[in-house]
Amino acid sequence: MSSLPRAHELGLIGCHVCGLVCRDVPDLHDATCPRCGAALHRRKLGSFARTWALLIAAFFFYIPANVLPIMRTVSLGDVDDNTILSGVLELWVKGSPDLAIIVFTASIVVPMLKFLAMSLLLISAHRRTAWAQRQRAKLYRLVEFIGYWSMLDVFVVALLTALVQFGILSLVEPLPGVVFFGLTVVLTMLASMSFDPRLIWDSKETHD
Amino acid sequence: MTDQPKPPQGHSDLPEPVVRQRRRFSASAIWLVPVLAALVGLSLVINAWVQAGPTISVSFQTASGLEAGKTPVKYKNVVIGKVTSIRLSKDRSHVITRISLEKNAESFATKDTRFWVVRPRIGLGGVSGIDTLLSGAFIGADVGESKDAEDEFTGLETPPAITHGAPGKSFALHSDDLGSLDIGSPVYFRRIQVGRVASYELDRDGKGVSVQIFIDSPNDGFVTKSSRFWNASGVDVQLGANGLKLNTQSLATVLAGGVAFQDPAGPHDATPAAEDAQFQLFNDQATAMAPPDGEPRYIRMRFDHSLRGLAIDAPVEFQGINIGRVVSINLDYDEKAQRFPLVVGAVVYPQRLGRVHDKLVAIAQARGEDADLAQMMGKLVEHGLRAQARSGNLLTGQLYIALDFIPNAPKVDFDINARPMQIPTAPGSFDKLQEQLGVIVDKVQKIPFDSIGKHLDQTLADLDGTLKQVNGKVLPEFHNTLKGAQQTLGTANNALSSDSPLQQNLGATMQELQRAARSLRVLTDYLGGHPEALIRGRKADPAPPKPTPVDTPTPPPSGPSQPKGSKP
Repeated sequence: MSSLPRAHELGLIGCHVCGLVCRDVPDLHDATCPRCGAALHRRKLGSFARTWALLIAAFFFYIPANVLPIMRTVSLGDVDDNTILSGVLELWVKGSPDLAIIVFTASIVVPMLKFLAMSLLLISAHRRTAWAQRQRAKLYRLVEFIGYWSMLDVFVVALLTALVQFGILSLVEPLPGVVFFGLTVVLTMLASMSFDPRLIWDSKETHD
Repeated sequence: MTDQPKPPQGHSDLPEPVVRQRRRFSASAIWLVPVLAALVGLSLVINAWVQAGPTISVSFQTASGLEAGKTPVKYKNVVIGKVTSIRLSKDRSHVITRISLEKNAESFATKDTRFWVVRPRIGLGGVSGIDTLLSGAFIGADVGESKDAEDEFTGLETPPAITHGAPGKSFALHSDDLGSLDIGSPVYFRRIQVGRVASYELDRDGKGVSVQIFIDSPNDGFVTKSSRFWNASGVDVQLGANGLKLNTQSLATVLAGGVAFQDPAGPHDATPAAEDAQFQLFNDQATAMAPPDGEPRYIRMRFDHSLRGLAIDAPVEFQGINIGRVVSINLDYDEKAQRFPLVVGAVVYPQRLGRVHDKLVAIAQARGEDADLAQMMGKLVEHGLRAQARSGNLLTGQLYIALDFIPNAPKVDFDINARPMQIPTAPGSFDKLQEQLGVIVDKVQKIPFDSIGKHLDQTLADLDGTLKQVNGKVLPEFHNTLKGAQQTLGTANNALSSDSPLQQNLGATMQELQRAARSLRVLTDYLGGHPEALIRGRKADPAPPKPTPVDTPTPPPSGPSQPKGSKP
């Protein structure tokens, strides 16, 4: 009890959904919020397992997302299949490095950082280390925040497919890669959602 | 969280959570998601692995138009693979492309498969591969029949004209030069395209060109053992007695070249030619259709006059039939006669005479003589065969050599054993014309124009005197004579005029005569009716009957003087 008291130490529990504070009960598995009816638990249930599972699944999908082409552009009969990396390379070679950097950041850097960050958070939370708790909390918020913007590629493909349909002149169609990329983004977002940030603060020192 | 929640201190008013039994799924079920993801990924990998066909490498001279990861390999316009990488060969002489074929195109990785780059080819014969203008080049493939696996190929630089297994036959043509032929140039039969030039190459000795052509089935049957092929590239313009004649296979051949073939007229061997049969490719149809030339013979002629207008390749004709051509014209010097004769060398093909040659040979053999051309020539020369340089074209003054029988040709010695054969010559027709003109001029010169002039002058002077005499003496006399004649005529005229006494007397006489005739008629009439009058004399004339007045009722006198009936 070196630092701030915890809710369950005070015999309190907060509802995740409506925020109602009520009394902590021993048999918390079947307890629901008296106001909104949501299940009550002190920490998100199976947070580690879920986050790990989703993160691993996302990683599995990230491989085909990069290997498979995500978009086919047909202009005047010139068929061009692009994977994420080849698209970035093409942008770079064809003289728009700024766009290339943006796409590279959104499609390669951010997902990879997310994997790294989530793994870091999970491992550190699992080890209950008190190391850089504030920074880790910031990192988590960052991951959560970035999550919405990771769909950039999918949006681009979807937009182009919808806008560029001029038959033989110019045509854009999505290829399977974009589906896997979308799945990766969704799964990483779910993983970051299922991670309970309070675990960051459940260090041995603070607990013991 | 080992410690039990302590009783709330001072929060007794906090709400109690509702505890109700409900099912919750276990958190471990979430592991299904990564398992599913792994399965999907695995299936993709397996799919890719199953779909992947063999990887082959094809070398090309240049990689122009090829792009790694993009250029497709197509067979019959179906994509069967893709170029995965392009690199230079170690000696930098060519490029090596690695191509990953699709699973179902495994059969293309066999020994006799051919690969070539399809780029847009714009030739005079047409445009090919136009679709590649937009989509970029692709690699075309044509599979053979071999079953032996192979993964290294040498790409063709030009698309093969024939795809493997196309029904038809290929033939080899030999020619002096290629002309304007190219791979893909059409082959015509009766002006219908039946095939094309598949390839060509220089002969090993460099003295000719071999052209491979391919005739599609079923038209390959028209190529017979005696078919003649000729280069249909040019325009054959003939200006003859029949007018202007322009002969060409098609407009495209004029520009892009082509080959045509046909069977010779008349009886010939019509069995279809075997695959890869060899033929001669002639320069034009006339040469092609001419009878076979046979062995060429060299003859030499010596002309004593200028041969301006005779060119190399000028025809040598025998009785109007082209039997050869001039190959050389050289000036010689005759020391004895101090003249510069021209020595013309020519190649003749006796077999072009056809049956005549055969006949001559047969006759010579029948006589038990050597059937050599020189022998036969000797005989012909005895009978007056001479070579003449004749004018073939009056406009251009071009000469040709004619072998013809000259009547009353002076005898010459003919050396049978001389090689090359020396044919005696006779002055050409033009020279003859000159000669004849000379004779005429001579004769004209012999006419004594001076004396003729003198005589004529004298004659004219005499004539002048005569005319003077006529004018002075003869004409006045003539005048008087005419006057006399005129007077005579006037007298005669007066005598015969209507008011002359002669005329009047004549009229009276005629009247008298008329009257006499009338009396006579009356007399004869009377006598006819009264013959007795001759005896009794004439009776007195009966009194003419009195005309009785006609008793006509006189109409009541009507007139204004007579009043009408009664008054109303």
